[in-house]
Amino acid sequence: MTKSELIAQLAVRFPQLVAKDADFAVKVIIEAMADSLAKGDRIEIRGFGSFALNYRPPRVGRNPKSGDKVQVPEKHVPHFKAGKELRERVDEMG
Amino acid sequence: MTLTKADLADLLFEKVGLNKREAKDMVEAFFEEIRMALERGETVKLSGFGNFQLRDKPQRPGRNPKTGEEIPISARRVVTFHASQKLKQVVEQGMNGSQPQA
Repeated sequence: MTKSELIAQLAVRFPQLVAKDADFAVKVIIEAMADSLAKGDRIEIRGFGSFALNYRPPRVGRNPKSGDKVQVPEKHVPHFKAGKELRERVDEMG
Repeated sequence: MTLTKADLADLLFEKVGLNKREAKDMVEAFFEEIRMALERGETVKLSGFGNFQLRDKPQRPGRNPKTGEEIPISARRVVTFHASQKLKQVVEQGMNGSQPQA
């Protein structure tokens, strides 16, 4: 499912809204989630999961071509942990 | 600060002009549609944010950490999230205190 398919599904669910509202709503939700992570804040969606940043300390890496040592700076990478309901629903065995 | 469904609903009320009821329902429907797609076994691709994918994990040996008893961890399907390049970049720039590029 792509973002545009998600927007189309939401437009069907909310027939009282103009199609542009579903489009704008999805944009606002995604932007708010990205902004939140960019500030270092967590996102917690009950029944879906949580997003947080994982810290990667600076390290010495190597250029695989030349073998030269390179300093890799610290970074923060987004991490998602599925919530209980999502975990149970995707796992048909569980 | 933690972003929650209530915060997202407030934003839809303020920015999109949905009424409070619609805003709350829209946030719920947004995540429910994603859950339904994943339940059907589909990958969900949200451009500018990231992809939710499914991975089938085989059974593996495990242990009850309390008793030390060996118990197999059953085969299961799990959801993984891969942040898009854009999200990674926005996070890097945000955490470095600089402004994200347009």
